[in-house]
Amino acid sequence: MTTLDLHPATIENVPQPDFSKPLPPREGDRIIQFREALKEAMSHEMRQDERVFLIGEEVAQYSGAYKVSQGMLEEFGPKRIIDSPISENGFAGMCTGAAMYGLRPIVEFMSWSFSLVAADPILNNVPKMLYMSGGQWGCPIVFRGNDGAGGQLGSTHSWCVEGLFANVPGMKMAIPSNPYDAKGLLATAIADPDPVFFLESERMLGDKAHVPEEQYYIPFGQARLAREGDAVTLVSFGRPVNFCLEAAEKLAEEGIECDVLDMRTIRPLDIDSIIASVKKTNRVVVVDQSWPFAGISSEVITQICEHCFDWLDHQPVRVNTEDVPTPYAKGLEYAYLPNPERIAAAVKNVLA
Amino acid sequence: MTKAATAAQGNSKSRLSDKLPDAKLLEWLRSMQLIREFETRTMQAYQQAKIGGFCHIYSGQEACAVGTIGCVEHDDPVVLAYRDHGHALARGMDPKACMAEMYGKAAGCAKGKGGSMHMFDKPNWLFGGHGIVGAQTPLGTGLAFAARYEWEVIGSGKKKVALCYLGDGAIDQGAFFEAMNLAALYSLPVIYIIENNGYSMGTAIHRHSANSDNLLARGEAFGITSVKIDGLDILNVYDQFKPLVDECRDMQRPAFVDFKTYRYQGHSMSDPQKYRTKDEVDQYKQKDSIANLLDHCMSVRNCIDEDGWKEMRTEIAEIVREAVQFSENAADPDPSELFTDVYANPQPNLSPTATYAHGKKNPLL
Repeated sequence: MTTLDLHPATIENVPQPDFSKPLPPREGDRIIQFREALKEAMSHEMRQDERVFLIGEEVAQYSGAYKVSQGMLEEFGPKRIIDSPISENGFAGMCTGAAMYGLRPIVEFMSWSFSLVAADPILNNVPKMLYMSGGQWGCPIVFRGNDGAGGQLGSTHSWCVEGLFANVPGMKMAIPSNPYDAKGLLATAIADPDPVFFLESERMLGDKAHVPEEQYYIPFGQARLAREGDAVTLVSFGRPVNFCLEAAEKLAEEGIECDVLDMRTIRPLDIDSIIASVKKTNRVVVVDQSWPFAGISSEVITQICEHCFDWLDHQPVRVNTEDVPTPYAKGLEYAYLPNPERIAAAVKNVLA
Repeated sequence: MTKAATAAQGNSKSRLSDKLPDAKLLEWLRSMQLIREFETRTMQAYQQAKIGGFCHIYSGQEACAVGTIGCVEHDDPVVLAYRDHGHALARGMDPKACMAEMYGKAAGCAKGKGGSMHMFDKPNWLFGGHGIVGAQTPLGTGLAFAARYEWEVIGSGKKKVALCYLGDGAIDQGAFFEAMNLAALYSLPVIYIIENNGYSMGTAIHRHSANSDNLLARGEAFGITSVKIDGLDILNVYDQFKPLVDECRDMQRPAFVDFKTYRYQGHSMSDPQKYRTKDEVDQYKQKDSIANLLDHCMSVRNCIDEDGWKEMRTEIAEIVREAVQFSENAADPDPSELFTDVYANPQPNLSPTATYAHGKKNPLL
């Protein structure tokens, strides 16, 4: 039985995943959905560590509003798979206290849009607790849920919180773009002694890919070079990585080959991989599903300018969601989001 | 009516506190006087600009911290609002660590990173003072959740009770209603102690909270055992609070306490107190909790006399003087501490401008 570790603040006492082992192959026979990959990561960690539990709206009896936790109630029982009332401020705060005490909560927000009513615990308590207590009480907690436009959900339900939340020091932020990474990054998030904001996408939960059965841990702060080219560097996070790949595919038909970097985590940000790619291509487009003003793309471009300004043959260009509240109408929503057409146009722009 | 609620009605003939040994009462007297003296010196240091930021003085409310903490075990988790020096001392924090924290020194309980409103003491199971009004109420609920989980699911703990303190100003926060709902729903052993000093900063309770004559209705609305306690008499605090703690621990369920008390100083050090009269303050000072207990010890228990009391006060004054002296002379935090304790697992590239590291452990804790 796992003993209750009351010293999350001291890394020496916290078992870390073995990052030195090579990751299992990305290609293989077992094809599962993004949501199943998430469930496998959580279930494996819960079997390893009794301090880990899952709480959120509809996660237990309903099997998850998006069926991510399907079957987990049956395996782990109602003391560890816990239905919460619609009370984000309450249960996010409660889990903050539980994490300080030494448990490892996984808090599911049905949508990150709903996390805004829990701003005080998740922004004002969780990332600051270790510092404010002089290193005494940490918060090993994972907040996870759907981020970004779901599909005509309108303005209040379509938040991309990364631009807003990544501003706060003390937390880590992961944002997978595919089922393989979803499993490996979530496993790392749960094992990490720091608070992790884990951003999924409702639109990707049904995506299928090869995912190994065994547990594996993808290190934070290591981007994946999803496609190789020499003309332009495309830097992206989460779901829009797939739009970048689509755009790159089309551009390749015209002889334009792009490096596509799937950043996988926002904090830490693998700026080293970006620099390496920019030094090769000398041109960069940052694709970010949050708003442009003071957002993730602004940060990435700032860091590019700080580190490899002289290597640029064209000013950095960004593709964000348009700087307006999220519209409802299907066509407007499509035009609002980063999409392959806008990305391809941006690439051609930096090559012009 | 529950056992605790029945006990809360009080019984003038035989009191639970009658069975307490003299030594316990003297310990409480000492602890309350330590807080009173400590806060007096805190005000002086603040006025001399040795202490910065916001600073909230606990004088007048001592029977609450000392009495309630006197009813629980050392490893029961405790979480506080920002008027937190008194509880920290009652919990056993070294007065030097407490004062040094306010001085912003490396030997402070949070190494000078927390300040007056954020007193943390891991060895004493103190999960912090918290600066945002009501923010600590879900946290306290979570401490109870974790303690129950440790006992029930992991099977490695024992039955605990979490104490969650808040002022009457915090009872209007939505977070508190959500916290109570969760505590009742999941049957969590947390006691919400509303230190009702009658004012939310400068707004009297009848001006900030509806139905303020009947705060118990708020706990009862969630089916939580709710008790009103006269918090100026520490023996009465023990008589009513101890059975409540025992019940919450045993049954693993929450409680709500409307704890009537009074603060002698302003809300913070910058409060001109135009919302109340000097007469009102003086009237409460007539019912002072330290004088009350001293009187009981002298005339009922005969366990201390004037000389003994004088000796105790002198000794305490010396301890506090030493804490101030220590803080005056203590080292400032090393500049490198700016970047420590941000992450338990610091990694490269977490920040565009900072490189994080592990902090040193505070030798006083």
